[in-house]
Amino acid sequence: MINKILIANRGEIAARVIRTCKELNIDTVAVYSEADQKAPFVSMADESFLLGPPRVQDSYLNVEKIISIAKEAKVDAIHPGYGFLSENGVFAEKCEQAGIRFIGPSAEVIEEMGSKIAAREAMENAGVPVVPGTDGAVASSDEAIEIARDIGYPIMLKASAGGGGIGMQVVNTEQELTKAFESNSKRARTFFGDGAMFMEKKLDHARHIEIQLLADSHGNAIHLFERECSIQRRNQKVVEEAPSSFISNEIRQKMGETAVKAAKALEYVNAGTIEFLVDKEENFYFLEMNTRIQVEHPVTEEITGLDIVEAQIRIAEGRELSISQSDVKMDGHAIEVRIYAEDPVTFFPSPGHISAFELPEGEHIRNEYAVTDDYDVTPYYDPMIGKLIAKGTDRSEAITFLKEALSTYKIEGIKTNIAMLKAVVEHDQFKSGNTTTAFIETYYLPMTKPN
Amino acid sequence: MTEIKASMAGSVWKITVAGGDKVESDQDVVILESMKMEIPIAAETDGTVKELKVAEGDFVNEGDVIAIIE
Repeated sequence: MINKILIANRGEIAARVIRTCKELNIDTVAVYSEADQKAPFVSMADESFLLGPPRVQDSYLNVEKIISIAKEAKVDAIHPGYGFLSENGVFAEKCEQAGIRFIGPSAEVIEEMGSKIAAREAMENAGVPVVPGTDGAVASSDEAIEIARDIGYPIMLKASAGGGGIGMQVVNTEQELTKAFESNSKRARTFFGDGAMFMEKKLDHARHIEIQLLADSHGNAIHLFERECSIQRRNQKVVEEAPSSFISNEIRQKMGETAVKAAKALEYVNAGTIEFLVDKEENFYFLEMNTRIQVEHPVTEEITGLDIVEAQIRIAEGRELSISQSDVKMDGHAIEVRIYAEDPVTFFPSPGHISAFELPEGEHIRNEYAVTDDYDVTPYYDPMIGKLIAKGTDRSEAITFLKEALSTYKIEGIKTNIAMLKAVVEHDQFKSGNTTTAFIETYYLPMTKPN
Repeated sequence: MTEIKASMAGSVWKITVAGGDKVESDQDVVILESMKMEIPIAAETDGTVKELKVAEGDFVNEGDVIAIIE
């Protein structure tokens, strides 16, 4: 039994986890940095402990401090949320060594899925299709040219150690490749201390569709259908929905079965997500596996009626899944938009003081949020300050509810992306379901340029 | 003489040139960091770094001058 949980995270996800714990009568411990003293999640928890100064190394990434607080507060388990230490194998192991359950998969699986190259190999072995590309690092721009001749343009160059879109570039011609290879490798070295690059075929008009998995420690695994998260800016998701309006039932079933097969082959335990790229012909290819709860998990909860955080806790207790695949039913359509403290056109962060904050309400609306109406958004953490989720009986009803909700969402004092979200959900191409990964540059950005 | 300005509020994470260095257009001069986003700020023209107005760790506001290129 788990009776007390420390949430090693901040913001909306810490608040979200605490909410489910309260429903399950589990005591909660929040940890926070000096910058987050006034954050809602801190006062929601039964107990709270200061971690240290704002910088993540001194606070939310401070493994020793978090574990010592967990021992002091005598918690049974740690929920890592997403980001920060959620996909850190060393942290997972240290929790277990301290006799505290880590709510997530084993350290080995976390490490394996965290390496782009090892993950690709494991998926190929499990019979999951992967994007055509290199299985290891590309040694030089000359080698890159040879490989590109083989897989064909356009190609995507990616830094092995990369993240957040840094060291990543689409290359359309051989002429561009040498310069792109060298500049991205150099940039990756500056940023990550590692200039290793690999290459994949760039799929045109691709969609980003992921499968939510639940797997217990008794070898049972099920999927909770898909989420479509194609609309992205800076390679980060902005709008997510379930189900996808693009894939057929046949492909939906095939993707789900493939993901479950992969989870079993990996001996995966807890909630996880396999992300796929899906091309125009509905061919799907493994992109990566996230070994934690996703930001966009609410859309799945809305259409299945399940609580994924509760499932995570029950799995961590060693219980068997309480449902089988045939019990998982899809009802209605849900769309989530991420509210970011950023310029709606350049997407550059906009830290500052929030002087007014009013949320839309209604039975079709769900809010997850990290701020209050008198709150300093600091430059230390991710710019996401909230999530707005709308649920309808079908996609068009969900869009209508979402549009209404966005029109009453009020944040003053900082720049937010709300204007952008409105433009996206009101766009005809969005309404017609033409939601590819190129949506923002193809349809939104041109609207923001005068003439 | 051109000024290189911060395109967002954040802290100066890395300075990749020194005073007196020759830079080419599009070459990164500093890398700003805010909210988990690192934004490289590049020179807009070829020239020499006349002056760096910031140090690593400094906080800058959007529009602040970071360096002067001559």
